[in-house]
Amino acid sequence: MNLDFSDDQKALQAQVRRFLAEKCPPAAVRAVLEGPAPYDRALYLGLAELGALGVAIPEEYGGMGLSHLELCLIAEELGRVVAPLPVASSIYLAAEFLLQAGSEAQKAKWLPRLASGEAVGAFAMVEGQGRMAPDKIQATVRSGRLSGVKSPVADGVAADFAIVAARAGPGRGENAISLFIVELAGAGVTRETLETIDPSLSYARLTFDGAPAEPLGAEGDGWRIAGQVQDRAAILMAFEQLGGADRTLIMARDYALERMAFGRPIGSFQAIKHMLADMYVSATLARSNCYYGAWALASGSSELPVAAATARVSATQAFQHCAKNNIQVHGGMGFTWAFDCHLYYRRSNALALALGSQSTWESLLIERMRTGNLEAAA
Amino acid sequence: MDFEDTPEEGAFRAKARAWIDANAPKHLEAELKRAGFASSGVESEDPMDAAKAWQKKKAQAGWACLHWPKAYGGGAYSPIERVIWGQEEGVYAALSGPFIIGHGMCGPTVMAWAKEAQKQRLLPPLAAGEEIWCQLFSEPAGGSDLAGLRTRAAPAADGAGDWIINGSKVWTSGAQHSQWGLLIARTDADVPKHKGLTMFFLRMDSPGVEVRPIKQANGQSGFNEVFFTDVRIPDAQRLGAVGQGWEVSLTTLMNERLSIGSGMSTGFPELFRFCLEAQIDGRPAVDDAAVRSRLAQFAVKQSGLKYTGMRAITALSKGETPGPENSIGKLVAGATMQELAMFALDLQGQAGVVQDADSPMNARFQAMLLRSPATRIEGGSDEILRNIIAERVLGLPGDIRVDKTVAFKDIPSGARAKA
Repeated sequence: MNLDFSDDQKALQAQVRRFLAEKCPPAAVRAVLEGPAPYDRALYLGLAELGALGVAIPEEYGGMGLSHLELCLIAEELGRVVAPLPVASSIYLAAEFLLQAGSEAQKAKWLPRLASGEAVGAFAMVEGQGRMAPDKIQATVRSGRLSGVKSPVADGVAADFAIVAARAGPGRGENAISLFIVELAGAGVTRETLETIDPSLSYARLTFDGAPAEPLGAEGDGWRIAGQVQDRAAILMAFEQLGGADRTLIMARDYALERMAFGRPIGSFQAIKHMLADMYVSATLARSNCYYGAWALASGSSELPVAAATARVSATQAFQHCAKNNIQVHGGMGFTWAFDCHLYYRRSNALALALGSQSTWESLLIERMRTGNLEAAA
Repeated sequence: MDFEDTPEEGAFRAKARAWIDANAPKHLEAELKRAGFASSGVESEDPMDAAKAWQKKKAQAGWACLHWPKAYGGGAYSPIERVIWGQEEGVYAALSGPFIIGHGMCGPTVMAWAKEAQKQRLLPPLAAGEEIWCQLFSEPAGGSDLAGLRTRAAPAADGAGDWIINGSKVWTSGAQHSQWGLLIARTDADVPKHKGLTMFFLRMDSPGVEVRPIKQANGQSGFNEVFFTDVRIPDAQRLGAVGQGWEVSLTTLMNERLSIGSGMSTGFPELFRFCLEAQIDGRPAVDDAAVRSRLAQFAVKQSGLKYTGMRAITALSKGETPGPENSIGKLVAGATMQELAMFALDLQGQAGVVQDADSPMNARFQAMLLRSPATRIEGGSDEILRNIIAERVLGLPGDIRVDKTVAFKDIPSGARAKA
């Protein structure tokens, strides 16, 4: 039994951390937050050059052919610097969809370009308000042409293609949903940038009007595949959330040591100390749950659905908890545009919704424990 | 990153399983499985006799105190082997309750500070469950502020070099069953409070020691008051130097937090089972969205503790020492258990008030509700644990201590403490 990453994996993580410390300072995040670019293209290509994007993509498709454990640690570093990048859309989702359900030709076409950063992928599932369910999906493919509206779609403006969940064929309920690859630069696609709570990420409304759509996986199998891939992505995103939680805890700690009030550092007051201790507890529990998720993801365990929901619920809670209390510890200064606290506060709340809200994952966790894997978590 | 046994771990597991299978008191298995909250559940025989018999059997076969050296009655096994043993021992581990304080806290302190001959005399019977130890630390005037304790140890007037103890301790678990006690007392009131303490061990049947059970807020009596009236302790039973008691006590307290915190139950598996059975509007409670949300939050605390423990064991097995970060175990488990018990009673509706044989799951949630306030206090209160995390893990400054440089005798004390 060994619940830790190897020395080689930690060395890779340290390398990525050094790279990001230099290339992704808060100023780089703010450039995307305040500017027109949907993401930091130069940073993205630099990360690709480092091998970080293709770390878990097999070598035959242009990746490094390492495991998802390495990708988990890279995700943690991306979260730590609130990287303004489409890694989740392109790598945790699009690449995983291709690996799980793509044909040989689809994998050969897209995976090398995802690994090199040349292409960006997106996942277009959501249509409007509320928890996603098969019946909410109205986008439809007939005779290879997609029509409908997907919103919000993370990285929909920057993406070269999207994996789209749409109705097709005679199936009902979950079986009515199929997946398609749609090239977004082609005919029949309109993209609009959305205003969101976190402009350091980019979200779009995609309107399809007879856009050419190529099936991904079997007809009627879309909901199942999407669930499987979202579980995998949830573990990776949990590591991003963990990195963010860790960073906001340290930001708050450092400020509490330096800020003086009533003649002493505010970090010597128990009200502040106990707040920070509770943040540490959240982050530590999340780290342990994330490691469980990483193990399940890399080992292909049957516990993966429970582990994914466990890591996800725990990491969402930890990042939201640490990011909001980080502002509290900073006091009024924490609510200024100039301080970086709001970058993390925004991101913690955006990530809490991506891939499904907290209440959705809480419900999934209990449902999955009920269907037979209680021992896994208990 | 691997949860599977290595071949060596697998071989150890097989060996442990075979021995347990051949030797465990199987006639008690049904009772142990039915156990309510915080008791072994043994009723068909004296529970202390049953506990001692199982401990003795384990000791004779080298399965007691797995992490202790063999010379002191242990098994000299690795941290991971200890965990594997725990998994295999299963329900029979509930029989170890009377030995937790001795094995987890007093034993390691004796091992770190006593003379070799004393260790050879004291530790093997402690490991074998033949002698039980209690920890005489907290006092009416010294709980979280342990160093404010008032029990006095003064040199005997006859010049024999012995110490004479006067004062009282509270919250002493298992004192009524103990042969030995680990005692911290004040030897000098003229220096600041942390500097005037000294650690001793003593026979609990020494003349002048009186144990009185305390009736606790939950109606049970697991804790005691212990009174000392002119109790004589030979100087040879001192641990560490005169005035070094605070330092010695830190060995005990860190082990206390580790041994209490690791593997502590939050009650989640039981709550989950209950939510499968309980009904809301004719449907299982677990189908209700609000119930799921609460359950999920409890679930990730439970699993977070479990995997934090596994990370600590991984670190141990790589030769790293467990640090103050392990304080989170009890901090999370205690508060979670209390909230979880309140939630379970809420699901029982107005009938949740009833605590009798008809209450769901042997009334364990009612018992948990009434016991959990103590879990949040014993072995370091929630607030002390948060201070430890803030100061020793996160590196924040200590609180300003108005009594730090003042001679103990000059520190103001409240009227209640004096009484």
